[in-house]
Order: sequence, then C-alpha cells, then structure tokens
Amino acid sequence: MFLINCPFCGEREQSEFKAGGEAHIVRPKQPTELSDDEWAEYLFMRKNIKGVQFERWNHVHGCRKWFNMVRDTSNDQIKAVYKMGEKPPVK
Amino acid sequence: MSNNLRFKTSKFIDETYRVSFKFNNKTYFGFKGDTLASALLANGIHLVGRSFKYHRPRGIMTSGSEEPNAIIQLHDNSSRTEPNVRATEVEIYEGLVASSQNCWPSVNFDIGGINNLLSPILPAGFYYKTFMWPASFWEKYEYFIRKSAGLGKSPKVADPDIYEHKYIHCDVLVIGAGISGIMAAKMAAKNGFKTLLVDEKSYLGGSSIYDNSEFSKINNQIISSWLEKEINEISKLENLEIKTRTSVAAFHGYNFLLARENLTDHLPINQRENKVRQRLLKIRAKKVITATGSIERPLIFDNNDRPGIMLSSAIKRYIDLYGVACGENNILFTNNDTAYETAMSLIQRGIKINAIIDNREQIDSKISYEVEKNNIKIYKGYTVVDTYGYRRINKISIMKLSKDGQTVIGDKTKLNCDCLGVSGGWTPAVHLFTQSGGKLKFREEDQVFIPNVYPSDQISIGSCNGDFGLEEIIKNTLSSIKKFLDIDNSEYKTVETISGLNQSKRNIWLLPSDKSIGKTKSFVDYQNDATAKDIKLALREGFRSIEHVKRYTTTGMGTDQGKLGNMHALGIISETAGTKMGEHGTTTFRPPYTPLTFGTIVGRNVGEFFDIFRRTPIHDWHVANNAEFENVGQWKRAWYYPKDNENMHQAVQRESKAARDSAGILDASTLGKIDIQGTDASEFLNRVYTNAWSKLAIGKCRYGLMLNEDGMVYDDGVTTRLGENHYIMTTTTGGAANVLGKLEDYLQTEWPELDVYLSSVTDHFATISVCGPNSKKIVSKVVPDLDLSDEKFPHMSFKNSKIDNIKCRIMRISFTGEHSYEINIQANFGKSVWEKCMEAGKDFNITPYGTETMHLLRAEKGFIIVGQDTDATLTPIDLQMDWIVSKKKYDFIGKRSLYRSDTIREDRKQLVGLLTENPEEVLEEGAQIVADIKKSPIEMLGHVTSSYYSPNLKKSIALGVVKGGKNMLGQKLIIPMENKNINVTVADPVFLDKEGERLNAKL
Ligand SMILES: [Zn+2]
Repeated sequence: MFLINCPFCGEREQSEFKAGGEAHIVRPKQPTELSDDEWAEYLFMRKNIKGVQFERWNHVHGCRKWFNMVRDTSNDQIKAVYKMGEKPPVK
Repeated sequence: MSNNLRFKTSKFIDETYRVSFKFNNKTYFGFKGDTLASALLANGIHLVGRSFKYHRPRGIMTSGSEEPNAIIQLHDNSSRTEPNVRATEVEIYEGLVASSQNCWPSVNFDIGGINNLLSPILPAGFYYKTFMWPASFWEKYEYFIRKSAGLGKSPKVADPDIYEHKYIHCDVLVIGAGISGIMAAKMAAKNGFKTLLVDEKSYLGGSSIYDNSEFSKINNQIISSWLEKEINEISKLENLEIKTRTSVAAFHGYNFLLARENLTDHLPINQRENKVRQRLLKIRAKKVITATGSIERPLIFDNNDRPGIMLSSAIKRYIDLYGVACGENNILFTNNDTAYETAMSLIQRGIKINAIIDNREQIDSKISYEVEKNNIKIYKGYTVVDTYGYRRINKISIMKLSKDGQTVIGDKTKLNCDCLGVSGGWTPAVHLFTQSGGKLKFREEDQVFIPNVYPSDQISIGSCNGDFGLEEIIKNTLSSIKKFLDIDNSEYKTVETISGLNQSKRNIWLLPSDKSIGKTKSFVDYQNDATAKDIKLALREGFRSIEHVKRYTTTGMGTDQGKLGNMHALGIISETAGTKMGEHGTTTFRPPYTPLTFGTIVGRNVGEFFDIFRRTPIHDWHVANNAEFENVGQWKRAWYYPKDNENMHQAVQRESKAARDSAGILDASTLGKIDIQGTDASEFLNRVYTNAWSKLAIGKCRYGLMLNEDGMVYDDGVTTRLGENHYIMTTTTGGAANVLGKLEDYLQTEWPELDVYLSSVTDHFATISVCGPNSKKIVSKVVPDLDLSDEKFPHMSFKNSKIDNIKCRIMRISFTGEHSYEINIQANFGKSVWEKCMEAGKDFNITPYGTETMHLLRAEKGFIIVGQDTDATLTPIDLQMDWIVSKKKYDFIGKRSLYRSDTIREDRKQLVGLLTENPEEVLEEGAQIVADIKKSPIEMLGHVTSSYYSPNLKKSIALGVVKGGKNMLGQKLIIPMENKNINVTVADPVFLDKEGERLNAKL
C-alpha cells in the first residue's frame, strides 16, 4: 500500500485516496466545434503505460482535494506529487 | 508416553507440568512447552494425516511453519474449530482436541487410499483432463471430488473469539529473531531507532537457541549461551519492542506489512475468556530488516513421503528443544554437512543411528570426522533408492551413485530404520522479500535464489540472504546493518567464530533410481501429491513456464505454498528441459506466508460492524411500526409496513391506494442533499445539468438531469433556489456521494475559476414527504402559519417556515403525481415532526409507505429511477426525456456526446411502457423482450426494468427498454419465460394522469 504525500495534508495511507485516471487531459473549451473523432479522443482514449505515468488522485477521505502524481507503474515508485494547474516537476 | 523417546534434558520443556490432550479421540500426555507435533512424536506417533490426492499415509515432516503434511483440524466439533492447522505450530495446552483431516473413516484405515493404487490413472492434470467433459456434468463431479478431497471442515457456528487490528509505526522492523535478527535489532535500537522485532515462534533465538554443539562457537562460547546473553541484553532496551508468536503474513510496497500476533492460542480454553485471540498488525516501517532464515530442503527419491521420513533439522530440533527422539533406529540421508549436527545431537544422548547415507564422495569437516569416530557407518557417494513400511518407515534400500550422479550402480543394500532424516541443503526464505516486489538472482555454486534488487528501504540478512556459514552470517550482518542504518557503532567488538561445518554440497534435484521414472513416486509437493514424474509429464506435454507447470501439476499450490519442494520443481524442470535455473521464472509467493484465520482478517468488523448501515432520524418509528427494511446503498430504508398478516404485495397495494385516495407519508431523508453557494452557483448548475438554471426564480424548484461526459444519464433530482447565490440540490439516495465527488472534480480541475462552494448536508435534514388529495389539510395543521394556497405556494416552489419554533424548509414537489409537500427539518426533530404529521393525518387515514410503494406510484406516472430504469447506457433522448435537454445552452456535461454517431442511432434501446395482454399478469423485472420467437437465434430487443400491479389502474404496468421502442407504440411484443410466452403491447410510459389533473387539482 502506497504512502502518498498529499500536497495539502502530507503523508497519508493509500486507503485515504482514490485514483482518477490519466492527468493533464483538459476538457475542450468548445466541445461543439469538435468532430466525433476529436471528441472521442478526449472522451475515451487513455494511456496505460508501463513506466512513468502522470495520474490524477483525490484525497477523498481527507481534504478531498484533487492533485497530480507522477508514478512509475512498473515498480509503483511515486516520483512526484503536485497541485492541479501546476507543471509536473519531473519529466 | 513411551519414556524412551523423551530425553529430559531440555530447558524449554517444563517436565513438572504435564498436559493432557486428545488426538483422534485418544488421550495423550505431553509437557508444557511441547508443540502438538513434539508431543505426538514423544508418544511414538508419526502417522497424522493422509495426502490430498492419493490418500497416502503421511507423518510429521518438519518442526515449523513450512510443514506440508501434519495438517490437522483443531477443536473438532466446537465453535472454535479450525481446519488446516500445522501440528508443528500448535503449542499444546490442557484439554486440546485435535484430529486428522482428509481421511475417512480413520487415519489408519482410509478408504481414499484406493487412489494410491489407482495412481497410474491419476496423472498430472487428471482433474482437468477427466472432469471437463461434458461441461454440464461438472456439478455432479464436483460433489464427489469435494467430498473425497476435503481439506478440513469449516465451523458451523459463529466464532466466539475476539480479534482486532492494530497499526504500528516504527523506524526499523526486524523480521526473525535468529542470530542475525537479534544482532540487527540490538544495533538498531541502541543507535536510537524505534525498533520492532517479531518472530513466529514462542521463543527468541531461532534454531541457534538450542545449538549446544562444541563444534561451532562465538567468542569461544557455545552458540546458545552467547545468544542467551544477547537476548537478555536486548530485552531490556527501551527502544525495542519484541513480539513473539507473531508471523509476518504479507510484505507490501512502501514497507507496509501485515503480521498476525497470536495472543491466546497457547492457553487452555477457559483462560481465553474476554481476551483478544489474534491481532492483525498493520506495520508501516521506515526500514525493514528481513532475517527470516532458511528452510531445509528435502531430497527427492522414490517413496520419500512415508511417515517417519523427516527433515534432518527437524529431528535435531525435536531432540534439542523438546527432548524428543523421533526414532529409536535412525538413518540420516544428506548431501551436505548439516545432517552431521543432527547426528551429534543424537549421539550425545545415546540415540541409535544406524547409518548415514551421503551423496558426496568426499566429506571433509571436523564434525563429520567426529561422527565417524563414534562408529557410525557413513555410505559415501550413495543414495536412497526406495523406502518401505506402510504406516511408518521400516526399511530403506540404497545404491551407489554414478560419477555424474545421474544413475545408480552396483548392488542394492537394505537397511532397517524407524526414522529417516533427510537434508538437501538449505533454501533461503525469500518469500517476504519477493512479496515486496524484490527481484532474486540465482547463485550457481550452491543452487540458491538470493535477494538481488530491493524495491524499498529494506535489507535481507543471515541465511535468508544466502549466508549459511556462521562466520559469514555474523560478519555480513555486522557490515550490512552498519551500512543500511548508516551507523558507526556496531555495538559489537570483535566477534570470533569457529565452525566445524564445511559448506560443501552435492546438489542433485531428482535422485536417480534403479526403476524407470514412470514406476516411481518421488514427491516434490507433499501436500498436493505432485511427483517428479508429474512435472516431467507436464514438460512432455509442452508446458514450459513454471507458472503453467505449477497450475497443471498443482505443485506449490497447497496451503504451504510449496515451501519445501518449489526449488526441486524448478530444478527438475531446468534439468529436464536442459535450461538454466531461473530461466523458467520463479513462482510468486503470495500473501499470506502462512494461512490467516478469517477472524484475524476481519478483526472487529463483525456482526453489525461488518458492513455498517445508516439509519434515518425516523428509523426507530419505522421499527416500532413493523416496517420491513430494504438496503439502499448503506441506508436502511423502510420498504413496506405490513399490517396484521399482510404479505409484501398486500401491504404495497394498500399503501399505494391510500396514497392516491387520501394521504401517504414517506421518509425521504436518505435523498442526497448538497448545499451549493457562491456567485457562480447558477452558472455551475447550468454546466452540470442538461436544462437551463439561470432564470430559475428564488423560491422555485426545478427537476434536473445530470449526465456523464459520455451523454449517459448519471443522476437526477430536484434543486431549489434558496437565494440569489444559494441552492440546495437533491440527488438519488445511492448516488449522493458520487455526485458530490463528481461536482468537486469539475470545480477543482476544469472550472477552478468558478466561485462555488459545495457541502454535503444529507445527514443534517430529515425529509418527510406527505402526498395525496388530503396532504394539504394535513400539512396546514402541522405548519399552521404557512399559506398553502396555490397562488402563494404553487407546485415546484419552496417556503421557509417554522414548526414549533424550529425552522424548516418546505417544498411543494411531487414524485408520485399527487399534490404533495416535502418537509425538511433539522435531523434531530425529524421523528417528532413525522409523529406530528401522523397525528394530523389520523382523520385522513394517513398511511406510511415505504420504498416499494414509492416505486410503484412513480411507475404509474412513468417517472424513471436512475439505476433501475437506467444503467449508464441510456441518454435522456433514449428515455424520451428530450424536453429536459436544453437546445440553447452552448455546453453542459455530456452535451457533445448526445450527437455522436452512436447516440443518434434510431435503433438504440429506448424507454417505453409495457402493458400485458392479461392485465392480471405481472412481468418479471429483468425479463427479456423479443418480437419474433420463430427466428433463430431469437433477437433480444430489450428487457423489463420496472414492473408492478397497479391498484389504482387495476392492471399490470411495466417499464422497459426496447430497441427502437420510441416508434413502436401499440406494437405487440413477447416476453418469453421459462414455461410460457407473455404477450405485451408497447405503451406510453405515463400510465396515470398524463394531463396532471391530480397534481393541479384545487384542494
Ligand atoms: Zn489532503
């Protein structure tokens, strides 16, 4: 079980958190302008990387804040956590 | 007790404290300090069970948690009964009751033993090959397989014991209290680390604590004396917590470990009252030191499973620690030096050793010379080729090994014995390391897998790290702990060691026989009866990966996870396939290391705490008034209120009729309520609901539908505008938490610029819904100050008011199609206001109704229930709710998806009403809907989502989803059931009062 460093609360057990899929997918500002394919790309297409992955997490049983995490899915090492809207601190 | 088997020389046994216990209905005696295994052995009992597949007699093989054979049922026929317990781990106490499992009618005469004779037709994969066809027969096969296999019996009644969970945070966790574990714990604690030391045994020191050999010494003291002083020293350290009888079950990522602490299992039953039996420790350690030692390997030869055949190290433990001789005429069979330590322990007590069979041609160690000096015959370069004796070994035959060790040569010699100790060298106990995600490497010289890459801040030391020699263990423990903890002071000055052992070994995974492999039974996995022959067969049949071979042969799949034989399985595979060890992978060891009881896993979460439920503030009234309850999410909701001898149908019919004829009352407190405030609250609602919100006047209510971004209906409910920047949203009961989460998600991640604040207030309010033609009269009595006239208080509006000076919010909204009010009041006044309503409605036959009637009433009106009539595949258009989807709004969640090529298809499943040809016939919810039953295969058009008998319409009504149903009004369809076809007609989903006359009637 991970030990996750919530950017608002500090280190907490993984059981307090909920994973929320791939990070940095911005909801299109003008969905109606998009073709079916473009909308489907936003709606359905997600990466599933073996290696370093950018993810959304929610401290659901804590401060309830969403934040981002960089995690290596091959060994579950968390490389960084950072607030929504911030740039990833690692590549 | 046969006295000649007990040597009263051990300080671990209290000879003044006799303990009686029952095994297979016979009473025996042992001493305090005995395990069930040591006590049985002291009574001359080896045969304790039968094997899983062939029902071969099996005895005690080991002295620890790796035991594959001596698996017993504890406390048979009592509420504490527990199957699959290792006799080698059970500490005896007065009154213990145990019995063999997997045998019938008795361990000495077992009918299943016929499987042993049938073994030529029970090869690897037998179950797969035989019982797969015809598939429909599996149920019948299973009955017999389960009956004859049966690994123990599960308890029939509730467990009377108490269990609990405990969190532990420490700087350093040391697992295993052998020499290196003790040293590591001392170094850590003395250097200021908050340290926890755990060991699965009841004592500290591991197998070194009874090592009284003159041949191995630390600082010129015999090992046990040196270690005792060390233990004495660390037990006084403040920084160190020590837990014995504590077995680490799982080692997860980020140094999170689970351990089971046994607190009362060694006590007589009458001393366990009100005590916690087992505790699950949830340990989060900054650093983990694994010192779990190693497990002796058996040797794989024909008939290597008879009772009386044991690990050589177990024989040593039984005599040194428990003072028990496992046999009176022993033979040791080895490929390395450690068996000679066992020999010395036996020799010192004058216990007869008939011979030692050693695979090696050359033996050159002090200890072996000493054994030879005692006139013990050593057969060098020999192997055991067969054993004899049904319920206990009585003979072996041996032959000389060829130079390459692949065949046997010369004549066969038979030797008598009643106990055969085997030693195939040692396997590092890397289970926890691999569980944590660690990667192993194979060390060619002595054929062991050892830790290589650590996934977290941890280290393995001692023999679990592949250090077997005494000098190596101590030297490496000192240096690696210093480095690991980054400390200068090791707390040890020079530690000098002498060892009489030499590390030479002649490793042969499968020992050759004079018989062909097909005629041998050389067991690799004792518990699951997997033999070398089975493994070779699997390879011949094309299996290569160890994970596949494992599943096919069941090697390593027993409750012991193949702690003894997995290495041999790997060895035989690579030898047979001509590949390198490790090339086929190593099997994954999964938690728990040894089985855990369910009690330990659930801890205190039993009974009403197993899955906690939520009660509304009016719950007690429902209970007092005979309500039946339904689980909705975690809520207990009143389902219906049977009167006299009513069944559910009768109660629901009565409640439904009363609600429309006069007045009904419903506890709607479980509806989710989200308080929404902020200057952008209206804009926010515009974005999350499909309809428009900016123009909703203060004091008005509006029904809203919420979609997922994929356009599918997610939730619905009425939202009320309380003020300029203040709304209260209601959600479905089950959807409340998810809706809040979804709204927070959008606010935080997509629209952080919006000034909106959300708070869940579900539990803050009790919600009472009063409906029916007399609802107005009733509510006017409860809230006399409020003007209920249609002009002042029209449908879909809201008023602040007071009941007995307590503020309340009243909405005029309806989920039944009747004139109705929803009273929201501070939760703790809920019950009294409910009672007030009941009192006020007495003259109007006010009838409390539950969720079932609520569902029926709304179905009459064709109102959907999200989650019952929808299942995340339906858009509002599919639900014929186009009216609620704003055409004008530029965007809202899910809007773009409503005109994807897939969502605009005409033949999507769409919500329709269904009327049965026979109005008395009520459809089954979930039943399939078809048009043509002659065509094969029959095309499934949809299914029934809601179905009731309506007492108000006096006919059966149903809702369903049907492909292209929107354009099928009036069309006949068929519901095929098991023994009949039901004819239905597609109808408008609004069955009652489509014009809304009831809702708008002047009351
Ligand atoms: Zn937080």
